[in-house]
Amino acid sequence: MGLLSRKATCNSHGQDSSYFLGWLEYEKNPYHHLHNPNGIIQMGLAENQLSFDLLETWLAKNPEAVGCKRDGQSIFRELALFQDYHGLSAFKKALVVFMAEIRGNKVSFDPNNIVLTAGATSANETLMFCLAEHGDAFLLPTPYYPGFDRDLKWRTGVEIVPIHCTSFNCFRITASAIEEAYQQAQKKNLTVKGILITNPSNPLGTTMTRPELNLLINFITEKQIHLISDEIYSGTVFNSPSFISIMEALKDMNMEKNNRVHIVYSLSKDLGLPGFRVGAIYSNDPTVVSAAVKMSSFGLVSSQTQFLLSVMLSDKKFRNHYIVKNQNRLLKRQRKLVSGLEKSGIRCLESNAGLFCWVDMRHLLSSDTFEAEMELWERIIYDVKLNISPGSSCHCNEPGWFRVCFANMSEDTLELAMQRLKSFVGSIKKHNHQESEKLRKESHIGQWIFRLSFQSFNEQDQR
Amino acid sequence: MLSSKASSNSHGQDSLYFLGWQVYEKNPFHEVENPSGIIQMGLAENQLSFDLVESWLRKNPDAMGLKNKDGESVFRDLALFQDYHGMPAFKNELVEYMAKIRGNKVKFDPNNLVLAAGATSANETLIFCLADPGDAILLPTPSYAGFDRDLKWRTGVEIVPIHCSSSNGFRISMFALEEAYERAQKLNLKVKGVLITNPSNPLGTTMTKDELQSLITFAIDKDIHLISDEVFSGTVFDSPCFISIMEAAMDSNLKRNTDVLSRIHIVYSLSKDLGLPGFRVGMIYSNNQTVVSAATKMSSFGLVSSQTQYLLSYMLANKKFTSNYMKRNQKRLKKRKEMLVSGLKKSGINCLKSNAGLFCWVDMRHLLCSNTFEAETDLWKKILCEVGLNISPGSSFHCSQPGWFRVCFANMNQSTLQVALRRIKDFVERSRFNYQQNMASLSRKLIGNWVRKLSSADSEEQER
Repeated sequence: MGLLSRKATCNSHGQDSSYFLGWLEYEKNPYHHLHNPNGIIQMGLAENQLSFDLLETWLAKNPEAVGCKRDGQSIFRELALFQDYHGLSAFKKALVVFMAEIRGNKVSFDPNNIVLTAGATSANETLMFCLAEHGDAFLLPTPYYPGFDRDLKWRTGVEIVPIHCTSFNCFRITASAIEEAYQQAQKKNLTVKGILITNPSNPLGTTMTRPELNLLINFITEKQIHLISDEIYSGTVFNSPSFISIMEALKDMNMEKNNRVHIVYSLSKDLGLPGFRVGAIYSNDPTVVSAAVKMSSFGLVSSQTQFLLSVMLSDKKFRNHYIVKNQNRLLKRQRKLVSGLEKSGIRCLESNAGLFCWVDMRHLLSSDTFEAEMELWERIIYDVKLNISPGSSCHCNEPGWFRVCFANMSEDTLELAMQRLKSFVGSIKKHNHQESEKLRKESHIGQWIFRLSFQSFNEQDQR
Repeated sequence: MLSSKASSNSHGQDSLYFLGWQVYEKNPFHEVENPSGIIQMGLAENQLSFDLVESWLRKNPDAMGLKNKDGESVFRDLALFQDYHGMPAFKNELVEYMAKIRGNKVKFDPNNLVLAAGATSANETLIFCLADPGDAILLPTPSYAGFDRDLKWRTGVEIVPIHCSSSNGFRISMFALEEAYERAQKLNLKVKGVLITNPSNPLGTTMTKDELQSLITFAIDKDIHLISDEVFSGTVFDSPCFISIMEAAMDSNLKRNTDVLSRIHIVYSLSKDLGLPGFRVGMIYSNNQTVVSAATKMSSFGLVSSQTQYLLSYMLANKKFTSNYMKRNQKRLKKRKEMLVSGLKKSGINCLKSNAGLFCWVDMRHLLCSNTFEAETDLWKKILCEVGLNISPGSSFHCSQPGWFRVCFANMNQSTLQVALRRIKDFVERSRFNYQQNMASLSRKLIGNWVRKLSSADSEEQER
């Protein structure tokens, strides 16, 4: 049998990680409030299911958008033939307006600098192909989205070198951490081509501060490398501090036209449409745009979908209404998760964005090790029946943190999940209490025996 | 500083194939608004049967309206559906449709089907699965110009051509195959497979069972893969009927070799048959589970929109529609091809005999001023800029003989094709007239010289 490629036969797709294994377990026994109330509740999927009603209402009022019609005329033929990798002009125009509005209109985008791709997955990989050679490296702050191991490395041959962030300063990126990562790469003889950040962060759910962004901009300018800002959660910022895009930070440094900074966006998280495969690269570098546009041939967005979304996003009233309402719902739901966890004595990293919380379960570990984190994770999957994502799958270098999603289920399901967790924590406490009582008793009895024997020894001596 | 992929031209898009499109786009023909513009004959699209699809859509508004048969909205489920295994209902319909195209002589398992964003994505993904950077794939010439980008650009894989010539109707000979394999070896390239397009682009011909079985034997013998790009399989409009690589592999002699099926992979798409290139629906079919598994994960980089999967699964589920569509579409393609062939014949231009595809492989060797690729490019430029037709020169398909052109016929209406044929006729007549004029002036020149020589000889004699 002819050999296959190394890519096909190894596991560098990264999908053996616990992040994906948890999903497999969930799929064998998925929770359903009626059909399978004891099943595993999926809390490992960063999806936004809170605002479909808003989309469905809009669709009901705008049947032409799904019906491939414009002013009563069918444009099916035109769409069926439209495979121009420059993308549907009306869609790109509407998309950049939407992106600007999410950023409070503090920046504006040129539709000619946008490249459409089949999801952010495709956008990220394409950017790697454009910016780095096989064997080059990109620096990535940890913890990061587990899918990056596949998306950035697998077929491109690019390496990821982590910028370690810790709970010590709420996982913020520091100058020393970036320097250290850069040195690490050099030691391994890797040419660093850039830094990739996710802002808002997955899995932290936090937005970057201006000092962090400025630090990064200064660093990449000094080293003459690229900066990719994956801003796919930019529309999920539900609380202060408000979102500062990398573009805004550049603008404030008078570096607006910087051609080494690139943004990745997608409609999968904000609009909750991962199935429609709509991603985008934004860059001020015409060579990057030109190359990425040609590469987008490998993952174009269906023209049928481009048309639907161009009509939807051109509707200003809808945009404003959706952004505000969606954010309110996310805020409410996040609070529910946070307070629910608090009742179990579990705290979360303070967050203002995203579809998940970064949860501190270090105190539930039997030891400060990743083995203990895995043990805890397995117990939570199999006994508590919750699929949450362990920090190690996000390359966190401190055991005990977990990403828990809150926007991909109903409120009732979330409540049930909280109850299960509460019982679990309660049972651990009880077990730990019993164990420590046992230990205490054993040690107490031991001491008593010791005293007795000592006394008798003394008595023996005295007789 | 960007990657070499971004800053070089290894995307292959500087070829004349793509340059012709660019010139066309600056001055596109329109019957009313720009009747002297350039007619696009370089785009292999099927525009002949939209009315059939549109009529079905009108009768089945729920398919686009994202509702199920009970009239309930499926929007939410679709919006969330990003499973890279693809929509089961859609894959079930696709395998049935694929089998139907092959006269139900083969059967496909939906679990062996991997969806991709178009055949462009499917081909690249397969190469990523089967070959490492620096390995080689053998490709018969002439072949689709886009393969230079799709198979090589980001994969780092090399293409080594299997030269086919007009001497045997551009069929793949064992000799040519072996020769290509040896050439690859000399270049120190490890050959990982052969990729064929059947029906062929740009030839418009289907392969014989013998050809297919020779290829399979070759693949077994060299322990390599065989990819059959069958995107035009639904456009076979004439005999001989289409024989898929799967059908050829089912032959009892070959079946004895138990792993033969695990080295054969098919690429398909709905862009050519159904005329839906904008919807980005491609797929890989393989019996090799490792390939299916790896390709499925790789399809994350180019999934098909769930909105589109839903619409097409609904459509393909209607067997009456698909039967009717296939029959009528093929009839229309045949009629249109015959119009092109007879029109060209009236201008003294022949085509390779074809039974499939959306184009003809046209022999313009007699119109070249010399048997060179420079002459072919000159002729191409003339036809593009003076005649106003964007046709694709054989060199952009890596044809080893100058003078052949691919001319598309299914991406325009009948009257536009007639305009194109008229323009070609005028051009050929002008060329003939110019040739005659040139010949006449040449004759006059020769006669003049002779007369002068004669008279100078006379005067010499007089002097004596």
